[in-house]
Amino acid sequence: MRDGSVVYLEGVSKIYPTKAGEIFAARDVTIDVQPGEFYSLLGSSGSGKTTTLRLIGGFEIPEYGSVWIGGEEVTEQPPYRRDVHTVFQSYALFPHLTVAENIAYPLRIAKAARAEVTERVEESLRMFQLEGMGDRRPSQLSGGQQQRVALARALISRPKVLLLDEPLSALDAKIREEVRQELRDLQKQTNLTFIYVTHDQEEALALSDRIAVMHNGQVQQIGTPKQIYDRPASLFVAQFIGKANFFNGTVLETTGETAAVDVNGTKIWATLTGRSPSIGNAVTLMVRPERVRLGESAKTAEADNQLSGKVASVTYVGQLIELKVETPVGSLTVTQLSSTVDLSPEQSLSWNANDCILLPD
Amino acid sequence: MSLNLPRKRHTQQQPWLLTFWTVLVFAFLYLPIATLIFISFNDSAILSLPFKGFTVDWYEMAFGDRPLRLSLWNSLQVAAMATVLATGFGLLAAFAIYRYQFFGRNSFRIALNLPILLPGVVTGVAMLAYFSSLGLELSLWTIILGHAVFGLPVALGPILTRLTQFPRSLEEAAYDLGAKPAQVFRGVIFPYIRSAIVSGALLAFTLSFDEVVVTIFLTGRDDTLPMEIWGRLRTDITPEIAAVATLVLGASTGIVLLSQWVVGRDEG
Repeated sequence: MRDGSVVYLEGVSKIYPTKAGEIFAARDVTIDVQPGEFYSLLGSSGSGKTTTLRLIGGFEIPEYGSVWIGGEEVTEQPPYRRDVHTVFQSYALFPHLTVAENIAYPLRIAKAARAEVTERVEESLRMFQLEGMGDRRPSQLSGGQQQRVALARALISRPKVLLLDEPLSALDAKIREEVRQELRDLQKQTNLTFIYVTHDQEEALALSDRIAVMHNGQVQQIGTPKQIYDRPASLFVAQFIGKANFFNGTVLETTGETAAVDVNGTKIWATLTGRSPSIGNAVTLMVRPERVRLGESAKTAEADNQLSGKVASVTYVGQLIELKVETPVGSLTVTQLSSTVDLSPEQSLSWNANDCILLPD
Repeated sequence: MSLNLPRKRHTQQQPWLLTFWTVLVFAFLYLPIATLIFISFNDSAILSLPFKGFTVDWYEMAFGDRPLRLSLWNSLQVAAMATVLATGFGLLAAFAIYRYQFFGRNSFRIALNLPILLPGVVTGVAMLAYFSSLGLELSLWTIILGHAVFGLPVALGPILTRLTQFPRSLEEAAYDLGAKPAQVFRGVIFPYIRSAIVSGALLAFTLSFDEVVVTIFLTGRDDTLPMEIWGRLRTDITPEIAAVATLVLGASTGIVLLSQWVVGRDEG
């Protein structure tokens, strides 16, 4: 794995001593990032995602494990010996330098010829739509412009990997989505490897080729956005990503890839993702609100799980309608397109075993 | 067409008592200095009022006074050297306190500030005893060392304050973009704290320039300007002293304003 990966962390742990004892900011983190991949580290604050990024950037040295960049071990190398550049959450633009000087900084440090520096900075200003702003100070720019300067500066010396630490969090919600698309396009154009830290699951799902979900310093699951969303590997990931309905039950029977589970006296068919559980085990099932069919389509469908219920509440959220439905297996949240929804109080519900996940413990 | 408005209500109260009190405080602080300036232009041979007429004779006399010029030159040399030492070591100390967690860090900080907390007499006597036990002869150099000791905390203050405001991410960004430690300091940290260094140096300079108490103990053959003035006050008191004092006051005020401006410009 080490050879093909552009970034490879092998069993990396970072420990901070505190008065209460040692805290693992990252615990036994192993990830491999492939060339040209948009790889996200997703987690809430304190999950270890930023620590992991700092271990790759060289701002922290891990107590255990090793860090490889481009097939070379760099575990104890300082940041300036690593072919990765970072876009900081605060952008960290040098306030005493102009925009052009900021962008030129890595080239100047590398002692590039003056003519080449000028040319590449011009090119970069054009590419990031910063023409005519080269002589301004960072403080005279808007948040979005500052962010583009930070990107331009990090990319000008063409590093192998770009590390991004919540680069959109300082932007207004309005332009965030726009910049998100620009980032994705930029990554596809340059074919660079991006490692992207975020706490925003929507951002991670929209942008990433692969996501590593982190919690308490540990990697919980690595997968494509679809794998993470459709086949969460644990209750934590299922709860963290998107909305979901959960039921507790006991296993009645297992048949290869599916299992029948008794939930409050109703038999529910679910898909196995991990090891096959034993009969009688207490397990948790998950089904996403938009995978539950409602009304006529629920009755006619040849679905594995069919129930009926009473609508308890209806919430209008624009394009979608969110319904709370009381069923024999408990209260279910169901989302439907608001244009086609049937709002009769008595409802039939159904969903396929394929959309219902039996979560490993 | 005019609008027929009702009588306007006064919503801003005039704080007469506060104004009066403020004027009183400022008078208490600055009347003596104003008097001194006044006397320096007074056409009378005694260092006192009443005002008998305007003259610049005392200034001419001061400029023509060779021992006075010599002591001014001594003071400038002492202040310059003491400033260089104080600022240099202040910068190093500020860095140590800012950057490293080490045993006794807080005690170190307090110890550095002791020279300005202790009475000048104590510092003076202590340094005199120390230098004579080392067998050092008193000279301008002993004065320079003495001034550097209390100049250090003065220079340290603004530098450390500015350093603690320095966003660590700027330093990390520079490392990240390929800069080595010396390049990071030169290209990123130094420009950020430059104004504080200048301001600390100017403060150390003014303090050294008019210091008397510590200087008394450390002076050998050569006098600094304040020592010369002090010496003359006991023998011949003429408004020439007032003229010199006014000039020193002007220069000191200028330097302090300059240091404030330098800081304000960079941090504004």
